[in-house]
Order: sequence, then structure tokens, then C-alpha cells
Amino acid sequence: MTDAAVFRARGIGKSYPGVRANDDVSFAVEPGEIHALLGENGAGKSTLVKMIYGLVRPDQGQMLLNGQPHQPADPRAARAAGVAMVFQHFSLFDALTVAENIALGMENPPPRRALSVRIAQVSQDFGLPLNPARRVATLSAGERQRVEIIRCLLQNPRLLIMDEPTSVLTPQEADLLFATLRKLADGGTAILYISHKLEEIRTHCDRATILRGGVVVDSCDPRDHSARTLAAMMVGGEMRPIDRSGRQSGEVLLQVRALSQAAPAAEGTALKGIALTLRAGEILGIGGVAGNGQDELLAALSGEIRSAAGTILLEGADLSRQGPEARRSAGLLAAPEDRLGHAAVPDFSLTDNTLLTAGARKGLVRRGLIDRPAARAYAEAVIRAFDVRTPGPGTAAKALSGGNLQKFVIGREVMQAPRVLVVNQPTWGVDAGAAAAVRQSLLDLARSGAGVIVISQDLDELLELSDRFCALNEGRLSDPRPTEGLTLDQIGLMLGGAHGMEVAHL
Amino acid sequence: MIRLVPRTDTAALLQVATPVMAVLATMLAGGILFAIMGYDPVAAIRTIFWDPLFGPASGYSRPQLLVKAAPLILIASGLAVGFRAGIWNIGAEGQYIIGAIAGAAVALAAYPAPEMWIFPAMVIAGAAGGWAWGMIPALLRNWFGASEILVSLMLVYVAQRIAAWMAFGPMKNPEGFGMPGSRNLQQYPAASNPELIAGTGAHWGVVAALVAILATWFLMSRHIRGFHIRAAGIAPRAARFAGVKPETLVAFCLGLSGALAGMAGLFEVAGPAGQITDQVGVGYGFTAIIVAFLGRLHPVGILLAGLLLALTYIGGELAQLTLNLPAATVQVFQGMLLFFLLGFDLLTRFRITRRVTA
Repeated sequence: MTDAAVFRARGIGKSYPGVRANDDVSFAVEPGEIHALLGENGAGKSTLVKMIYGLVRPDQGQMLLNGQPHQPADPRAARAAGVAMVFQHFSLFDALTVAENIALGMENPPPRRALSVRIAQVSQDFGLPLNPARRVATLSAGERQRVEIIRCLLQNPRLLIMDEPTSVLTPQEADLLFATLRKLADGGTAILYISHKLEEIRTHCDRATILRGGVVVDSCDPRDHSARTLAAMMVGGEMRPIDRSGRQSGEVLLQVRALSQAAPAAEGTALKGIALTLRAGEILGIGGVAGNGQDELLAALSGEIRSAAGTILLEGADLSRQGPEARRSAGLLAAPEDRLGHAAVPDFSLTDNTLLTAGARKGLVRRGLIDRPAARAYAEAVIRAFDVRTPGPGTAAKALSGGNLQKFVIGREVMQAPRVLVVNQPTWGVDAGAAAAVRQSLLDLARSGAGVIVISQDLDELLELSDRFCALNEGRLSDPRPTEGLTLDQIGLMLGGAHGMEVAHL
Repeated sequence: MIRLVPRTDTAALLQVATPVMAVLATMLAGGILFAIMGYDPVAAIRTIFWDPLFGPASGYSRPQLLVKAAPLILIASGLAVGFRAGIWNIGAEGQYIIGAIAGAAVALAAYPAPEMWIFPAMVIAGAAGGWAWGMIPALLRNWFGASEILVSLMLVYVAQRIAAWMAFGPMKNPEGFGMPGSRNLQQYPAASNPELIAGTGAHWGVVAALVAILATWFLMSRHIRGFHIRAAGIAPRAARFAGVKPETLVAFCLGLSGALAGMAGLFEVAGPAGQITDQVGVGYGFTAIIVAFLGRLHPVGILLAGLLLALTYIGGELAQLTLNLPAATVQVFQGMLLFFLLGFDLLTRFRITRRVTA
């Protein structure tokens, strides 16, 4: 049988204790094709590409690369066979230059000068502006990704795997990336593109294989389908539309004035003159690429970092010098991005995790004494109201899936009926069903008259939820603009556009 | 290369089983050691672990069990609170010495007044002395980020010098014929810490140790402060998010463990030891660290571990007397106990695999 496909999987199966991660997965990636691997978190995408890249071995089935059996023992063997992969999280050394980082990742790096010339060559051929002499510490996330991509391209791969590459990019940077990928594909490289962002898959990919529960449920040309039908295939049912109705903005609840804060740690971001106003019933969206002060802003609002007097006012009361407990009592609540270790204690039960934030407002702690039955009842109430899938409130937080723990963490705050709730990345790494539930709960909270601030990197999420939008860029917050009528392009410019759009220096 | 891979399936039962396994391994290894040294291993182990409780001289040694266990339990219950929060007070020995000196100072200043308030005032002074000595590493950590491990440990040696100075200088017994050491508080009824029930060894320190066990159990399992301490030890960022100020926690934990160690020192100097000498510190502060870990940082565990370690003290002395075992036997046993405990703990939480480095 002649096989034109660059890569073909036949009946791949992989089990982990208690989970069938992949079952009888078959698909093929043709040369010159940008092939999307689409699925919710936990659908088996990562397991599948880890097998292709030699990090995990399949239990059953067969993989073919250029018609030859492909059974890499480790990533090095996979690379030698012509597979390259750009991970979602970069593995770069901040203190080294671009060229040094690339040399470190190569099997036999050429002399430094020759390497720099080749980097410049590749970066020009594929429209990836990058100066080989710059230190990685000074690069934006998009530029760091280019370093990883160029490192892959120098190996002339037959198959390039990209794991959720646009999650850290501004829209302009993402466009640049897709132009590069298209050029690569035209040169005959096959690209396997992992994502759950439907719009970008519809506009940029030639073919999509959709995974659900470890099984291939469909394979189609994504351009022929609407985002809605793709989402339905992905989650296996119609998505309930988000209900934005019934909200009216009322009196001013939260005012932040000239909030400046030095970076709390060496790798942190300083906040510079943040100002915002939040009204009752309103959702304010704060967009921005990670590392531009999101964590610091949340910490300043939650009270983990105290700020100068007069900078944070809730209904006229100055909370700037108050700690988290006093702010919660006043009605200012927060849910940080990192679920395990920040929003929740991984080893504690869900019951104990309610005590982290709900002690005062729900009467779970009175005069220092813990009322465990009350805490347990509150945990059960959150589990019920937010459809948290868990054996019970005695389960440790770390035993929950990301989506379920996120529902619990958001539910724990929402059910305390805050005046203002601040959330950071509320649906990061959460499956589509849980994400929709979390978003709806934030809308419902705003409808009940609370103010909500959503800090997120997911622009679709911000457009869907927020009434006004502002961008956080290097610790500065832009002026808010009404979300209605805002285009992705305008948002991209607010986010600071694409970093390093200037032509690469040779 | 040997690598440690975390286990995902650590059974809760092992939490309880490892201390027991460590004790058995210590007996075995100790027995082998004695055999190599030319002693009868069975007799030696029996002398250390059995005879103090049930042997021919147990009438004398049994009360000693509570005398030795009380300071260990009192100190360890305070240390365990800090250890749960990841705050490492290694200098309880120093806080114990300063507490003993501060408490004795009250008695020596009041001598020979017979009033009832003197002993309670000594207890408060002892706790305050230990608290103050514990606050030094706390403040240095909060202000300058100094390691409380090093500062508290080094302050032990400072405390020992102060004790020697006191014994030879300001606190020297004016009627002591030039001998170093303070007046003997056992002979000063208003200031002494006598045996409360004859033949049991139980003095006020034993009562305090039991109260400390109950109080720390209540703190850690029923009070929000204890909840915050446990949270801070596992997930410091989550604790901060909950509203814990790390500085407050450092001061609380070092202050509490210092105060309990100081009280232990006072009960000792007013009772079994009787006087301030340059040998006030006999190592309870260090042994209590073993007690805390052997007891899994849990109040009930600490109670049992304190009794066991007290047994090694008494049994070790008995073995010196009857079998001529060297005086270092006790330290060797306590060291092995900690070694095996940490070793078994490691093995329950990690698997050892051999892997060729890539």
C-alpha cells in the first residue's frame, strides 16, 4: 500500500490507571497540511502527541512516519526521525541569549557564528523576526515562542507539533504565527496543531480530528463547519448559550486610584498607576498576556499585598491597608488563577478549603473556633449548586479535576454573595462544560447586583462576559472601552500589539 | 544513577507504622552495635527498654519516666506547632536554659519570702524568658530574612555561656562555700516544684505537659489559627490568600515554642535539678526535636514518643550502671532513632529507582 501521509496512526490505545486516555485512535496527517487536533481538556490530545514525540509509549496500535514504523524510545529518537514539538510551556534559560538557547537544544550545534547566520536565515525565510544576540529574559512570550519554533525548524522536521501555541499570544502575534505555519506547510512540512480555540482552527487549519474521551469522534474540514457545530462535536452535545440578560449598572462599588506597587519578587511585575471604577451589576474585563501584572493586580485587590492608603476603596471605605480577611468581611472577594496551592490547599479536604475564605461571611469560624459541621454543610452546598463532581466534601482538593476544582473555588466565593468579586483566569485549563458554568455564574452574580472583575488571557471569554474592557500591559492598565463593537484588532492594539514586529537584525 | 520517584499511593497506615518500624530497627541496629562491642545484645536491649519499667530496680526508675518525659513533651508540643507551619525552631535548648534562669531569678530575688505567689510568678517568668529568647530569631527573620534555624541554634551556645556566667557569678549561692551554682530551690518551699503524688515522679511540669498536649491539640484541630498554621506549612501562598501574615505566624510559632521550652526549664530547675549550674541544659531541647518528629507532630504521638525517649534516657543510665555500657549509648540510640525514622519516611514517600542518565 502506498501511503502519501507524513504521519499515520492506526488503532492507537493507551491506558493509565483508571483512565483510558486513548482508544483505537486512527488519523493521518498529509504533507503540507495544517491538521488540528481538537478536544476538551482530558480528551486525550496530550497523551496522543506525547506518544508521537516519544515521551509515552502506546499500549496498542501502530504509528507510521513517512511510511516507516515510528516507535520512538525517547524524544531524541523522535527528533532524529523528523518530529519536532513546540510545547505550551517554554524551556528556555532567561540568562542566555537566543543563539545560546538554540545551541543548547541541538544535538550537534554548529559553531556560534554559523549558527547565528542560520538563525537569521530561518527567521527571515519564515517571517519570524528575532535577534539571535538578545537575552531571552528581555523577550515577550511571543518572541520566546519564536525561539522554540526556530529551534525546531533548524532540524528540518517532517512533522511539527504545536501544543496550544496561541494561548500566550496577542492576536497580531498569532496572525504572524499562522503566516509562518502556512509557509512551512507550503514547503511540505506537516503540522499537527493542538487547540481548543474553534475560531482559529476554522480560519487556519485544513483538517481537524476531533477527540472526545480518548476516542476520535469525527474528522472534518473545519472550514465547512461553524464554531458551534465544532463545539458540539467536541463536547458531545449542544452548548447552552450564555445568558447575559437582565443586568443594569448601578452605583459605584469599587474604586482603584493611582495604585502603584513595586514588583513583589524579582520575576514579578510592578503595577504602575492603576485606576479603575467598577459599578454594581457590571463586569469589567481585563485582558493581557500573562506576566504583565495580572497576579500582582489580583494580590493588591485581594489584600495579599497591601497598597498605599487611599488607593483601593469599596463603597467609599478605604481598604488599601487592610488584609484579605478584613476585605472579605467588607465584601471584596477574590479567586486567584492558581487553583492548587493558591486558591486551595491541595492536601486539604473541600470542607477545610471552605475555611480558607468563607470563615467570616458564612459563620464557619466564630471567635476563632472552627464549626466543622457548618463548614461541611457549606462545602456540600457549593458542590450541589455548582455541580462539582466529587465523592464528597471529605475529598482532598488535589483529587479533583481542574474543572471541578475551579467550579468549587469560584462557587465558594460566589455563594458568599460578595459586593465585588475579582477572578483571575477563571476558566484556564477547564473543560468547555465547566467553563460555561463558571462564566454563567459570574454573569448571574453581576445580575444580582455585584460587581465583577475578570482578569483573563482568553479574549473570547472577555468579549463574551465583560461590559467594558481594558488591557493590562507591563503593569499599566489602559482606559476601559465598552466591549460592544470592539474588534479583535482593536483589542490587540490595546494589548500592546505584537512585540518585536520590527525586522530582525542581521 | 539512583533516583527518588515520589509514590502516589502512600497509605495513611504507614504514617503510624513508620515510627514503630523505626523503634524496632533502632533496637536491632543497637543490638548489632553492642554485639560488635562485645556486650550481650539481648541483655543490653532488655536493660534499656524493659528493665526501667519492669526490672528489679523499676521501683526507682519508673517515676523517673515522667520526670524525663515531662520536659520532652512540653517542649516537643510547642516545636511541633512551628514545624507544621514550616518554621524550624532548633534552639529550644537555649530557650529552656533562659527560661530556667529567668524563673530561678524570681525565686532568688524573693528568697527567703514564703509567699504563695512566688512559684506562679516563676512559671510566668520562665515562660517569658523562653518566649523572649525565641523572639530573637523570629524578629531577625521577619526584619532581615535571617534563617531561624541558624539563629535559634547559635543562640543555644549563647544561652549556655549565660548559664555558666550566672552559676559562677550573679546567681552563685552566697552560702555555698565558693562552689559554683545557685541556691538549691528544692530547699526553698515557696519556690520548689515538688513531687505532687509520692512515688510517681509527677511534678507541676507533668501537669503542664498534659495541658500543653490538650491545648496544642485544640489549637491545631479546632482553632482557625491552627488551621492557618497547617495551611502555611503545605501551601504558603494559599495561607497568605486566606489572610495569614507570614511575619505574625513566625512570631507566634517561635514565641509559643520558646515559652513552652522556657517553662520546661523552670520546672526542671525548681524541681529535679534544683539549682542553676553551668550544666542546666542537659539536651532536652534537642531530644524534643526527635520526639516531635517521632510523634508525627501530633499531640498524641508526641505523648507516646516523649515517654519512649524518656525510657532511652533511663534505660541508658541503667545500662551504664549494670552493664558498663558507655555513656554515649543514649545519644547513639536517639540518633539512630531519628535516622531510621527519616529513612523510613523517605521510603514511604518515594520509590528508589536506578536509571541510566541520558
